[in-house]
Amino acid sequence: MSANLIPILWDATLQTLYMVAISAILGTVGGLPLGVFLATSQRGELLSTPWVNKVLGLVVNATRSVPFIILVVAIIPFTRAVVGTSIGTDAAIVPLTVAAIPFIARLVENAIREVDQGLIEAARAMGATPLQIIRKVLIPEALPGITLGLTLAVVSLIGYSAMVGAVGGQGLGDLGIRYGYQRFMPEVMAAVVVILIVLVQLVQSLGEWIAARVDRRAPRNRGA
Amino acid sequence: MTGAAITFEGLGKSFPKAGGQVMALADITLSVPQGSITGIIGRSGAGKSTLLRMVNGLERPTTGKVSVAGRDVGTATGSGLRAIRRDVGMIFQHFNLLASRSVRGNIALPLEVAGTPRGQIRARVDQLIDQVGLGALADRYPAELSGGQKQRVGIARALATGPKVLLSDEATSALDPETTQTVLDLLAQINRDLGLTVLLITHEMAVLRDIASHMAVIEAGRIVEAGPTYDVFARPAHATTRSFLSGVTGATLPAFVAARLQADPPGDQVIRVTFAGTHATDPMLARLATDLGISANILGGTIEEIGTRPFGNLLISVPHDRGDQARAS
Repeated sequence: MSANLIPILWDATLQTLYMVAISAILGTVGGLPLGVFLATSQRGELLSTPWVNKVLGLVVNATRSVPFIILVVAIIPFTRAVVGTSIGTDAAIVPLTVAAIPFIARLVENAIREVDQGLIEAARAMGATPLQIIRKVLIPEALPGITLGLTLAVVSLIGYSAMVGAVGGQGLGDLGIRYGYQRFMPEVMAAVVVILIVLVQLVQSLGEWIAARVDRRAPRNRGA
Repeated sequence: MTGAAITFEGLGKSFPKAGGQVMALADITLSVPQGSITGIIGRSGAGKSTLLRMVNGLERPTTGKVSVAGRDVGTATGSGLRAIRRDVGMIFQHFNLLASRSVRGNIALPLEVAGTPRGQIRARVDQLIDQVGLGALADRYPAELSGGQKQRVGIARALATGPKVLLSDEATSALDPETTQTVLDLLAQINRDLGLTVLLITHEMAVLRDIASHMAVIEAGRIVEAGPTYDVFARPAHATTRSFLSGVTGATLPAFVAARLQADPPGDQVIRVTFAGTHATDPMLARLATDLGISANILGGTIEEIGTRPFGNLLISVPHDRGDQARAS
């Protein structure tokens, strides 16, 4: 591989990291409360609002059933309204975030639903408000599961970010297609794939490490 | 004991079910004396758990009224209900401790919920940890504790906000017999030291015998018998009560004796004699022999303490022609 490709790969890697990081953060900001709400708003639950729950559930499912590449193109007017352009890494963040929110919401919902109902009952018996139960019981108890869910979401976003080349989103996937495929430079394709594998590995390991740190459900070896 | 800490008046509860309503509780009228340890015993599905959950508003009555210290729980909502709940601690069969919080953090939770200042929480939690004997384990997590230790954390947590009433939902059912005894002792001690009213539900008569001053028996959603524990043990009126009692008071024949009697009926009458109150120490058998000349054969029996009073149960057989005479004495 010629030396002048290194800066190109480096730039593409930074672009991918930028898109994934921002969309993961925005996706969490939107997806975490949405997931908590979905997990607590069915009939008889803490924030019992069955109709809102049903409608939001439908919206989440609808968003998740659209293939990502179609979502990217379909919401171009929205993207342009938000960032002023439909081309470039900033523009790519919009569809990535739109896809991340419902995905993260479902992962958070699942993690929250894993929390033992007995803990909710204990907290209610203490006189806790629904908001206190969410903040002090549900989220802390679900944190190991939420962390693993977010890890899965970030890994998925790395994959999605490769598709936003279609709207000039740049990044590693775009580089692989334009150099590796269209210009017949297999060594670029290989380098892109290797970098993606390393990124995914790092994210997965980091996520599992954090999840283990916050998980107190099994005894720890003391004094080790 | 002055007045009632908890009263149920004509309480009923039914749950909606496909094709109608299913009745869980009906016509429950019961008062739990201030400062007592009152036990409600029933089989699973009898409704005792639903009844307990009425006291802190986790379940709402369909009819009737439940009040704690004169405050109506059934109609309280929002902050009024939460205020009542802070006066009513609760412990659970499966402890319901937060895995993500240490012993200290779990005990602090109800205080955080009540908005107690941080500095006060720290001092109060230390005091509670001492009170339930968990000194060395303050920074451990529930996963690192035994069942008995977890229930101590549960008790400390329930006491944190200084409640007047403690509800115990089968708190010892998941514990081994030895640990059960230490947890019951702790409950009895708290009842004495703090003057706290304890309402507990259980399916084990032994729990009532050991710590309950008052008891009620619930069967298919209705209270079938209630009163001071000693009186109910001494003179059980309802078949369900007798069946619960048979396991703990020697009111049934030991299996091998029963088998022998059935295989070879001796033509004798079998009589169950209970000794309660002052009679518990009378030399009854000796009197039968000396005064009436009846020689009784002992088949089985126990003498134990209920509360602090002796209670005896003896099964004897006498020649069948002397049975009526022996009974009369």
